[in-house]
Amino acid sequence: MLRPYGPVVRDDHPPFSYPDYRATVKRAPRSDLVSILQTLSETTGPGPGWSEVSEEDSDLTSNAGTGAAAIGERIIVTGRVSDEMGRGIPRTLIEIWQANAAGRYVHWRDTEFDAPLDPNFLGVGRCITDEQGDYRFVTIKPGAYPWRNHFNAWRPAHIHFSLMGPSLGSRLVSQMYFPDDPLLDHDPIYTSVPAHARERLLARYDRAVTEEAWALGYRWDIVLRGSAATPGEDGEG
Amino acid sequence: MRGPTPSQTVGPFFSMALGGAGDEKITPDDDPDRIVIEGIVFDGDRRHVEDALLELWQADRTGRYRHPDDWPGSGFAGFGRAHTDFASGRYSFQTVKPGPVPHPGGDEQAPHVSLIIQARGMLNPLFTRVYFADETPANGRDVVLGLVPVDRRHTLIAELIGAAVPPQYHFDVRLQGEGETVFFDF
Repeated sequence: MLRPYGPVVRDDHPPFSYPDYRATVKRAPRSDLVSILQTLSETTGPGPGWSEVSEEDSDLTSNAGTGAAAIGERIIVTGRVSDEMGRGIPRTLIEIWQANAAGRYVHWRDTEFDAPLDPNFLGVGRCITDEQGDYRFVTIKPGAYPWRNHFNAWRPAHIHFSLMGPSLGSRLVSQMYFPDDPLLDHDPIYTSVPAHARERLLARYDRAVTEEAWALGYRWDIVLRGSAATPGEDGEG
Repeated sequence: MRGPTPSQTVGPFFSMALGGAGDEKITPDDDPDRIVIEGIVFDGDRRHVEDALLELWQADRTGRYRHPDDWPGSGFAGFGRAHTDFASGRYSFQTVKPGPVPHPGGDEQAPHVSLIIQARGMLNPLFTRVYFADETPANGRDVVLGLVPVDRRHTLIAELIGAAVPPQYHFDVRLQGEGETVFFDF
């Protein structure tokens, strides 16, 4: 059954070219996108099948498998994945990656920043939303790190999130940031988002998620484009 | 209505999490119907893009998608991920040519695969389609190709290279400038 969804509202997202983020200048299309009617190729997508075959791996403080804990400020990051109508999206895969507490990624290209790697931290996790669309990771608060975009360019602490969602059009890669980070207003990747929508990228401290004498809790809800529920499967309406 | 979460770039380090060796093989090496779709991703200066993520989504050889809205029981995943090579910008998928899928207008669409392209320096994903040069009659009737300006349609058509086994289709992605690939909004 075809259930086309509304068009992308470009004002909810960054522009393709945002010269303050220099790498966008030569990687942004100049021609207008060609608008097409959604067909089965667009209203379906890899999300449901990919979620089925992926395993949950949601504790980044231990999933390096060394038997020792990762170093840094242990945090819980949780939230709900829903569609634009507010309906939770159940059983959908979330993939995340991030720097360690010192601001270093476990990646062969991350060599310029002289910060230590942590042998007990990979910085990669996967999680599948529950029946309500809720997810939960345990991880380490990532550190800020420098990049070469401009003088004294430092990325604010962030966690990369990737979601397929129910259809091709619901594909989302985004970044979650932490509240009150002084680097946010100097970061062109964050400020590329139109001002009215920026706060959607900010997690908020949540005392109810925080666990006594163990870890601070942050909540970040994610809204995917479109309408998720299939007939007869509507969640909480 | 709730505002969607804004898109952000995958950045330079996505390969630690998204896809790995083998994810570009959507069908196994012993599949007699297998084909290769390969090419290079270029930026607006004609330099290769050394750190792009390409995700492929397609129907199976009979034209059915593995999805709750079509045929969830299909044994063919229809999904793959490839990273461009750092030194050359080249990507490659091993898959099968999909069958035709319906168009809401009642017509059949020509065989095609969907591609999602992301990279450092791309704040949003770009969506395109790969059609096949040896499907000329079907391509000529395709409703989506018909929406593309005539002088840009060639950017969506993969050329069959030589007579290799498995058949090899070449599809470059040009993000910007002369010969810019057609990207879709839907």
